[in-house]
Amino acid sequence: MSDRHVSTDSPAAKPSIKTRRFNVPLVWIVPIVAALVGASMLINNALSAGPQISISFQTAEGLEANKTQVKYKNVVIGKVTAIALSSDRSHVVAKVDLDASERAFTDENSMFWVVRPRIGANGISGVDTLLSGAFIGADAGSSGKTSKNFVGQETPPPITYGEQGKRFTLHTTDLGSLDIGSPIYYRRIQVGQVVSYQLSEDGKGVDVEIFVRSPNDRFVSTDTRFWNASGIDLTVGANGLKVNTQSLSTILSGGIAFVEPKYSPNTQPATEHARFELFGDQEAALAQPDGEPRYIRMNFNQSLRGLEVNAPVEFMGVNIGHVVSVDLDYDTKTMTFPSTVGAVIYPNRLGHANETLLKDQGSEDEKSMARLMATFVEHGLRAQARSANLLTGQLYISLSFIPKATPTPFDLAARPLVIPTVPGSLDKVQGQLEGLVDKISKLPLEDIAKNLNGSLSEMQKTLKQVNGEVLPQMNGALAQTQKTLDTVNSSFAEDSPARQQISNAMDEVQRTARSVRVLSDFLSRNPEALIRGRTAQGKPDSYKASIHSSRDIEPEIQP
Amino acid sequence: MSQPAYARELNLMPCHTCAQICRRDEHRCPRCNGTVHARKHNSIARTWALLLAALILYIPANLLPVMRTNMLGNASDNTIMSGVIEFWKSGSWDIAALIFFASIVVPCMKFLILGLLLVTCQRKSRWAMRERSRLYRMVELVGYWSMLDVLVVALVAALVQFRSLSSIDPMLGIVFFGLVVVLTMLAAMSFDPRLIWDAEVEDV
Repeated sequence: MSDRHVSTDSPAAKPSIKTRRFNVPLVWIVPIVAALVGASMLINNALSAGPQISISFQTAEGLEANKTQVKYKNVVIGKVTAIALSSDRSHVVAKVDLDASERAFTDENSMFWVVRPRIGANGISGVDTLLSGAFIGADAGSSGKTSKNFVGQETPPPITYGEQGKRFTLHTTDLGSLDIGSPIYYRRIQVGQVVSYQLSEDGKGVDVEIFVRSPNDRFVSTDTRFWNASGIDLTVGANGLKVNTQSLSTILSGGIAFVEPKYSPNTQPATEHARFELFGDQEAALAQPDGEPRYIRMNFNQSLRGLEVNAPVEFMGVNIGHVVSVDLDYDTKTMTFPSTVGAVIYPNRLGHANETLLKDQGSEDEKSMARLMATFVEHGLRAQARSANLLTGQLYISLSFIPKATPTPFDLAARPLVIPTVPGSLDKVQGQLEGLVDKISKLPLEDIAKNLNGSLSEMQKTLKQVNGEVLPQMNGALAQTQKTLDTVNSSFAEDSPARQQISNAMDEVQRTARSVRVLSDFLSRNPEALIRGRTAQGKPDSYKASIHSSRDIEPEIQP
Repeated sequence: MSQPAYARELNLMPCHTCAQICRRDEHRCPRCNGTVHARKHNSIARTWALLLAALILYIPANLLPVMRTNMLGNASDNTIMSGVIEFWKSGSWDIAALIFFASIVVPCMKFLILGLLLVTCQRKSRWAMRERSRLYRMVELVGYWSMLDVLVVALVAALVQFRSLSSIDPMLGIVFFGLVVVLTMLAAMSFDPRLIWDAEVEDV
């Protein structure tokens, strides 16, 4: 209306009047642009709106509507928009808006769990959520079917789908200290972990599912042995104390180790979901498989103190089984209490012997086993409770051939087979000892003691006599001897007359000897002197000239 | 009529810029050489266009988040309304009321008032002309106060930047909101209040 004076169609308008080419004012571009922007936003929004899913959890702890994010590998892929209780109030349902590009997370197999701070034996996880608040972790599935409703996991899954590796199932009698997340070791290197566990269908064991990461999963072969490596393995052997454990965390949270036997020809890598037995320890795992167990029973007529359940059963020194029960029985005929011992034996543990026996028998059923036993018993196979340790008095059952065993009937039809028994080695020793003690007790110990007593008193008397009479006399004799010796001593003193006399006598003897020599010299030179007497020439003085040295001769010859 | 004559009757009109009285057939002000119109050029259509544009942009401005608060890794987006609600819930009802007034009430009021003025002018209604002009003055006065929200976001986003501890980032919504405010201000400017009184003249 305001532009009526500048209407373009007016022929009277002056040339100076500014006219516009378009009737529509340019200003309308503004709302058009605004509308376009708005519309593009709306379209963009509509296109980017991802799928909406609902996840149920046990509790909404840490979750907040419009705040809690859904993350995959710490990348935000969606947001919780609402949290509500389920109609039966048994759980909570979180509505989640996923981003449009994350349709993979609507797959049926997708998993969702709440990431909260958790403290476990394997460490602490989710510490960052302490400050930022919990978030929902997600893992995309790959089944191809989509779903809108999910059941959230209460604990984070240990393995996310992206990880390469293989899953195996281990069967064990009880779980022990294993838990989800317990490590799997191969040569003490952690290669995987326990993913889940559940009771086996018959309830007589536990199936543990484990995951071994690639590339180490190729080391799991068809012959691989798994064992529970939880805790500490303490062995006291001939080489001293040995402590064996996988790692510190296995002591706390348990773990599984595996290895393949040293000799395992033509092994192939195990396939996914292959089943294995989980053994209690490494020794059991690496041992030959036990095969079918057989049950035997033995009746002992003796106290079996020290024989415990799990005590070994040995055949010729080879451990072939263990005791499973020790019970007391009552025999009405003999009015005794025999002990009944049940044991399980594994014929496979006999190794070569078993193979040969089987070849001999032809079959491996219970009946042939009984027949075999019957022949053995005929040849003297007997069970004995022997002492394994003299200090602790522990017993074990030994099956061996007794050379002069009294023949015993063997019931082929009895199940379990009843093996005849003989008293144990210790019992024999005990019997012999008893006999010995009896003999000793029969000795006339009292008489012997009396006699011995009499002899002793006699001896005492004798000694008294010796003391009272012989010893004083002895004393006198000794004094006398002393005196005698004194006299002898004095008589041999330097200035004693006896010594003087002896010295003189010796001089005399010396002189005599000299004169004898002179005489004999004279006579040898003048033998005629014996008859004629001394002549002038034959005087001893003529000889004098030749012996100048002798001065003593002169006075003798002089007179 | 004891009142002075209308400019139109005297074939005169004022210059927009220097208020020089020009003759009706002149299209340029002889003093300042500015273009002269009897009324603001194309006023109603322009106002309508700007008002509609503002109205359209007001939708994303309210739906899109205006800022992202990142506290210790916990990011949360806030639209204008959710911010108001959050403040209200946390007990600061005064701030909530202020933001609500500046960001919701004022723009809506502007839309309503300008729409009302435009409709009545087009219909040459003589209803409550004095009150309507008062409304127009109020719209012009209150116009910039709507920028409060934009300023708050700009300030806070500039101040709160503590890396990973906490940070506040402006989001797309605040751009739209700013555009809304600017467009409504332009719309109010392009409206010629004399049009209100033109109805009186024509009718007389």
